[in-house]
Amino acid sequence: MPETVRRRIVIDPITRLEGHGKIDIILDAAGQVERAYFQVPELRGFEKFTEGRPAEEMPQITSRICGVCPTAHHMASTKALDDLYRVTPPAAARKIRELIYSTFMVEDHALHFYFLGGPDFVVGPQAPAAERNVLGLIAKVGVETGKRVIAMRRRLRELIALVGGKVVHPVFGLPGGVARGISPEERAEFVRAAEDAVEFARFTLDVFHQVVLANPEYVKLITSDAFTHRTHYMGLVDEHNHLNFYDGVVRVVDPDAKEVARFPAREYLTYVAEHVEPWSYVKFCYLKPLGWHGFTDGAESGVYCVAPLARLNAADGLATPLAQAACEEFFSVLGGRPVHHTLANHWARVVELLYAAERMRELAGDAEITSSEIRTLPTATPTEGMGVVEAPRGTLFHHYETDERGVIRRANLIVATQNNSARIAMSVEKAAKGLLSGREISPGLLNMVEMAFRAYDPCHGCATHSLPGSMPLLVRLREHDGTVVGTLRRDFDGSLHRD
Amino acid sequence: MPQNAKPQVAFYWCASCGGCEEAVVDLAEDILGVVEAVDIAFWPVALDFKRSDLESSPDGSIAAAFINGAIRTSEQEEMAHLLRAKAQFLIAFGACAQLGGIPALANLWDRAAIFETVYETAASVTNAEGIHPQTSIPVNGDRLTLPAFRNTVRALDQVVEVDYYLPGCPPTPTVIKDAVGAILSGNLPPKGSVLAPDVALCEQCPLKETKPEQLLLREFKRPHEVMIDPKTCLLAQGIICLGPATRGGCEALCPKAHMPCTGCFGPTARVLDVGAKMASALASMVDASEPQAAEAILATIPDPVGTFYRYSLATSRLRRRLTETAATPAAGRVR
Amino acid sequence: MDAERNALANGWEPRIVAFFCNWCTYAAADLAGTSRLKYPPNARVIRVMCSGRVDPQFVVEAFARGADGVLIGGCHPGDCHYMEGNYKTMRRVTLLRRVLRAMGIQDARLRLEWISASEGEKVARVISEMVEAIRAIGPLNLPAQRAGWDAELEHAAARAAPAAAAGGER
Repeated sequence: MPETVRRRIVIDPITRLEGHGKIDIILDAAGQVERAYFQVPELRGFEKFTEGRPAEEMPQITSRICGVCPTAHHMASTKALDDLYRVTPPAAARKIRELIYSTFMVEDHALHFYFLGGPDFVVGPQAPAAERNVLGLIAKVGVETGKRVIAMRRRLRELIALVGGKVVHPVFGLPGGVARGISPEERAEFVRAAEDAVEFARFTLDVFHQVVLANPEYVKLITSDAFTHRTHYMGLVDEHNHLNFYDGVVRVVDPDAKEVARFPAREYLTYVAEHVEPWSYVKFCYLKPLGWHGFTDGAESGVYCVAPLARLNAADGLATPLAQAACEEFFSVLGGRPVHHTLANHWARVVELLYAAERMRELAGDAEITSSEIRTLPTATPTEGMGVVEAPRGTLFHHYETDERGVIRRANLIVATQNNSARIAMSVEKAAKGLLSGREISPGLLNMVEMAFRAYDPCHGCATHSLPGSMPLLVRLREHDGTVVGTLRRDFDGSLHRD
Repeated sequence: MPQNAKPQVAFYWCASCGGCEEAVVDLAEDILGVVEAVDIAFWPVALDFKRSDLESSPDGSIAAAFINGAIRTSEQEEMAHLLRAKAQFLIAFGACAQLGGIPALANLWDRAAIFETVYETAASVTNAEGIHPQTSIPVNGDRLTLPAFRNTVRALDQVVEVDYYLPGCPPTPTVIKDAVGAILSGNLPPKGSVLAPDVALCEQCPLKETKPEQLLLREFKRPHEVMIDPKTCLLAQGIICLGPATRGGCEALCPKAHMPCTGCFGPTARVLDVGAKMASALASMVDASEPQAAEAILATIPDPVGTFYRYSLATSRLRRRLTETAATPAAGRVR
Repeated sequence: MDAERNALANGWEPRIVAFFCNWCTYAAADLAGTSRLKYPPNARVIRVMCSGRVDPQFVVEAFARGADGVLIGGCHPGDCHYMEGNYKTMRRVTLLRRVLRAMGIQDARLRLEWISASEGEKVARVISEMVEAIRAIGPLNLPAQRAGWDAELEHAAARAAPAAAAGGER
């Protein structure tokens, strides 16, 4: 074999991404990881085919970007329409929207923790693959817990469907309001469900304490360098710099948690730009004032991070008491703000779950949400509108330019996970570099590389799937010319086969 | 894969949002009876996706494969063919697989136009070199590949033969339960059927009684322009509702939420072309006997093609907009 | 477009599907025949009882099956044998035009005319005009377009066979 032979490892497919993802790892002749590429192999083109559509249809059209978080797109879109028509919804409509949105955040975060990310910790990253799934989690925490999670999820989703018509692709969003109000009886249901949601969130935090934080191995893993990146962080905050999922200004802090930008949705183009690589269909966001300097960490790099960890870093705290206490503990244990450990996303997510439940309770307790004043009819001539929300997986921007009849001329979307796409690629590469030794493919590699991107819960995560199974992986070792010289395969039952 | 006597089923997603997968899971406890009766042998988002295992398994070894999502890329096309070979029954699950779905609105453009907007002219993109994703790109002496993005979005049956269709965006739990039950019990309608009631949505709508026999309108209203009366037929209020040309079975979830039907359950069996049918229905409501007056009333519909073909453009009898690059055979072979 | 130039080089002739209402336009076409008026043979006439019977789906289907143009002939407003039929036609065609335009199909390919039973000359004139108008813009030939679009598929040949047998694939 020539000395200059380099090898390539292809991990294909990764699931938990819309369609499939691929990872290509390239080793130099000495067996050191030279580069790793995280490729997204799909595109549908919403930014193009929404041209010509009436703007008021966008909440229902753009929700089809994601059937797991349709409410996030629906809401960002609806807010963009408020801006487009310069119309302010009545207070009751705003509260109804935020109530539905908080309900959705509880449901989505709960699902991710118990069925997707949670098993990594509740069962353990070193545990046999066959156990590292929801069944393993249930075995650890009990069948009752499993049933409780499924029942809680179902109840919350039914409440979303009550107001939104459907839970997958709801229809309630209109510029200036919502299509359907809430009756006093229905509000009582929301109140009951919110109480249970808060209890459920506290329980989830307890689970995290008992199973993860009480285990020094896990804490060591969370804080390990292989899974640490020092980047900027972005999140939505209210006027007190407290995290808010539904509304506020976008705040960006640097790797030392110093605020470096603060802007309303309307100014996003000054701060956010997208970079294109020829080897992936996804675009890579970066901070425009800093510029694109490649896939690198640090205060000089334009790479930034969104989603739970980023949001806690970017905010000065949370607006509800239990969640705020949990947030303070989070930073206290992990060495202060900001926290750069990617795996801490899982903990941050549970803290956010508690906030969303408390916020749901606050809003459900407000009698104004049963008002029949839920619409303000727009009167202005539309030209351009921007809307921003925090989707479960990150900051989400919708930007529409229309003609005078409100027909879309141009649409721009910065979609949650996309903000993270550079950091995900870096995380995968760093994990690969840190864990590959020589030319040996070890089972540890598979687990660790998965964990590197799973912590981000990329949009389309299969968080909803309550079926057993380990991460399916096929690792192929190729010669430089592409000939496959070996494979390591993990089956759905967790067994490993080396060919 | 363990041997046992239970029929094997498979799920796969193409150009999909994941909502159809969510719809299956939303069945929650209701599906338990069904899950006990089958082995889910292949579901990439939850179980091991081993394409080589699928390739080496005998043809027809999977009792039923449910595919959601439209066909947008070469990889999705290949998987559709593979599953067709391995499954006895292939079911198009959801509006995208049945009709092309919302992603099929991209058929008003082609790959060149879509890439130009997404990778060059979108407001936040900085790409002075005009870089586009490539199906095969040399990087530092190696070669990375991506599936090809086709010029035209297709429904599943425009790529492989489909046995049954489950309509909806997404299909409702009732529709899914009834269909899966029918498949497992062997109690199936003729091949090619849509597994949902063959009636127009108006029949099932709670506002049916307020829909006038003869409906004549002087203008169409957009939902954000008016206060919607939740107790009156939406069309009678001048709001475009596709109920008359859309298949029922969804229990009128959108009208119940005070918003009009947008047609996600697709056409009834008697419809040849969804968009033309809807145009016909709406035009018949126009209260004008002069062409200019008719034009003025119809001008209050801002986006006929996107409204009437919201979910079904790929399966329009016209299929896609005529564009230079899509029409040239050579363009299809550029990889 | 290559397709057009090839077609013209191969002696292509515009193919027009004409829906004529029984009471007026079809009678006028008969009159044109008995009067021995000369006009191009490019129109395939389909007799319907009323122009209002022409569902927009028929128009779209005609294009899908290879028509280069569609002509609809009905009674003058106010003269419809069934009172309202031709008004419905007028409204439907007005809306259908916008859909066709959005799909890239030129306006000249769809024409709506009011032709009474005595206007044999008008039938001849309208058909002649339409044939020339379409000759100028070239063939539509959607079946060939579909074959072109499907060339990008890996298994195009496999799909073409059963579709052709069905006599008009989707």
